[in-house]
Amino acid sequence: MTFLSNHRSVAFLRATVTSLVTAVFALVGAYSLVGSAAATDEMIVEITIKDHKFEPSALKLPAAKHIKLSVKNLDASAEEFESKDLGIEKVIAGNSDAMIRVKPLTAGTYIFYGEYHEDTAKGHIVVE
Amino acid sequence: MLAALVIVFREVLEAGLIVGVVLAASRGVTGRNSAVGLGILAGIAGSVLVALFASRISDAFDGRGQELFIAAILLFAVLMLAWHVVWMAEHAREMTLQLRKLGSDVAAGSQSLFALGAAVAVAVMREGSEVVLFLTGIVMQGKDTGGELLIGSLGGLVLGAAVSLILYFGLAAIPLKRMFSVTGVLVTLLAAGLAASAVQQLSNAGVLNVLDTRLWDTSWILSVSSWPGRILHVLIGYMDQPTGMQLIAYAVTAGSIFGLVYLRRAPVEHARMSRA
Repeated sequence: MTFLSNHRSVAFLRATVTSLVTAVFALVGAYSLVGSAAATDEMIVEITIKDHKFEPSALKLPAAKHIKLSVKNLDASAEEFESKDLGIEKVIAGNSDAMIRVKPLTAGTYIFYGEYHEDTAKGHIVVE
Repeated sequence: MLAALVIVFREVLEAGLIVGVVLAASRGVTGRNSAVGLGILAGIAGSVLVALFASRISDAFDGRGQELFIAAILLFAVLMLAWHVVWMAEHAREMTLQLRKLGSDVAAGSQSLFALGAAVAVAVMREGSEVVLFLTGIVMQGKDTGGELLIGSLGGLVLGAAVSLILYFGLAAIPLKRMFSVTGVLVTLLAAGLAASAVQQLSNAGVLNVLDTRLWDTSWILSVSSWPGRILHVLIGYMDQPTGMQLIAYAVTAGSIFGLVYLRRAPVEHARMSRA
């Protein structure tokens, strides 16, 4: 019986892996279609991290636009850019930069912070 | 010091809760401890590697590397957990009998042990890499507060492990008759939550752009930033602002695992009955 169930487990795994790989290919395909169309109206905003502070820490962004936040970490230590409001959690290694893609937003205030230095690394985005 | 304690505690707890649930769910399986132990060790080694290559991973795929990497890790964990739940469901009956009558363990196939260890390894690797990056930051920064921060981190590690142990013993105290169904459901919901997180990562990477608006916001009742919210997020995949796609991922994952468990449990019982 153990043999039988092992055999079944393998078949189950094979089926799941196959479907997963198919799904990934479908996703990549869909992305290449969507991505090229969306690329034109993207806007890039730069933020730097220095001494565990964001600069600028207050941003004003337009609504309903794809926005890329280019975050440069000038500190030697890593930081985690986190925003529950934006649904983003991204680690940025020391002395490096990261691209954060923000979905089109509706009007409101969105708080973000650096998880590793929450007392100093604070900022917010106002969307109008 | 307190900040360091909180951060490390948070990350250790997130991985630890998963390990605790998975350990409880595989009670009575021979070799489970070494599979989980190896999984933790592999996860820690993986954490260091991931932290070392953090910026290179992040830069890959036009700045989408980190999101895609985490999504892949999460989906792999979902697969391993699903496999494990289904295997446990097939063997729950004999395991309950054997544990009760003989107090002996059931020999598991090496494959299901692999699933167990692998799920633990990736859970540890994901949270662990954040701890490693945070700690190396402390070491690099300075001398004046470095020692204090390391003590805080150590405290966080111990506390996180302690809470995970409490969860494990709490689950292990459930009467045997009920335990496997409770832990089976728990692992299934945990896996569904991981699938929903994977969707969030794919959406942040910009590769999954459908149904990605938030449907509601229950953060005023229970925020995922609060401790109860965080714990429920890990254990059953609670989300305070889910998107349509996240809900679909959650439902499809939970539905598939429950479906597989249901389908594969029945013939085993039937065989047993006809034999008796």
